[in-house]
Amino acid sequence: MLEASNLDCLRGGRTLFRGLSFSLQGGELLRIAGANGSGKTSLLKILCGLLTPDAGEVRWQGAPIRQLREDYSRHLVYLGHAPAVKDDLTAAENLTVACTLAGRKASPQDAQTALERYGLPADAVAVRRLSQGQRRRAALARLLLSADAPLWLLDEPFAALDAAAARFTEELIASHVAQGGAAIYTTHQDANIGAAVLRVVELG
Amino acid sequence: MIAAARAIVRRDLLLALRRPGDVGTALLFFVIVASLFPLGIGAEPNLLRAVAPGVIWVAALLSSMLSLSRLFAADHADGTLEQMLLGAAPLGVVVAAKVLAHWLISGLPLVAIAPLIALQYDLPASLYGTLAVSLLLGTPVLSLIGAIGAALTLGLRGGGVLLALLVLPLYVPVLIMGAGGVDMAAAGLSPQGQLQLLAALLVVAAAFAPWAIAAALRISTE
Repeated sequence: MLEASNLDCLRGGRTLFRGLSFSLQGGELLRIAGANGSGKTSLLKILCGLLTPDAGEVRWQGAPIRQLREDYSRHLVYLGHAPAVKDDLTAAENLTVACTLAGRKASPQDAQTALERYGLPADAVAVRRLSQGQRRRAALARLLLSADAPLWLLDEPFAALDAAAARFTEELIASHVAQGGAAIYTTHQDANIGAAVLRVVELG
Repeated sequence: MIAAARAIVRRDLLLALRRPGDVGTALLFFVIVASLFPLGIGAEPNLLRAVAPGVIWVAALLSSMLSLSRLFAADHADGTLEQMLLGAAPLGVVVAAKVLAHWLISGLPLVAIAPLIALQYDLPASLYGTLAVSLLLGTPVLSLIGAIGAALTLGLRGGGVLLALLVLPLYVPVLIMGAGGVDMAAAGLSPQGQLQLLAALLVVAAAFAPWAIAAALRISTE
């Protein structure tokens, strides 16, 4: 599915990693581990095509992602460091816009159900009134509506979540992988996901 | 693709609606700048009538500049820009939708309020039509060109000043054509040539600017 070969990444004159290669098949889970500043986020951005590696390339089903562009990004869900929710919109509005942008159909009803499953209040409040963890939940609720995307790229998915939400997220990732999807996530903690094939890329 | 564009326009209009202050600032700026000139240069009716098209156009130019720096900055800060870059629709389409929303929020109100400003300058009522049409054709070009600058200066320190330096010279043709058209009409000539040139500029800008903006965004988000 996804193949990274000989990736080099330099940020601000510092070499973060050099000659990094790995590949990922459906049904596999990859954890990117490393200390703060070791390049986890940069690697994830390279993998989704937001950042160009200084050397090497990323291939999706054999074709370089630089050429595929939208044909690649249609297959992935990327949850970045910033939650990508607008403060002045409600969580449901944010979710529908995000899904439409990603080319997925989501009715307001679907969005509402997804948010409720993630334990967010059903009343329409602007995201600015939500706590940090609830904001994170609102962003993660996209995963519930993106089951058809084969590749999930998640940057620190468990940050700011409470134990229940973190467990729910783990189960979600695990079931996605069990159904043949692939997922890559970064974390600096030893978060365990009880999934099939877990591999670790250690940076730094 | 259409769905994504529509969602972006709808979202940006909704955001503007929930933050009416941002929209009001640009409009108020336009009104204030245009109102300062009569105070500065004196209340000589003939002089005011002569400078009116130019002053109104320059005020429109500056007010459209004012809201440009926020065009992508907010989306960049909260991460929604990354989602647009990774969307299923081509980035050019998404960006075109953003520019359209920006124009609806910051350009269209100027067109609507321009006759009121023209009244202040004692422009004959027969010129209101030409003024409104020239602004209607010109302000979308300002949004399109300005968005290229906004995309290029995204995330830079002191980007606001750089944006003005970058974009204002590019606004010159629009200014000349827009104000010139109204001047022609004031002199009793047909403004059609200028207006058609403006329309041509709009067509060219609408066709090419979104792709330039998209390319600039990819560069500045790396």
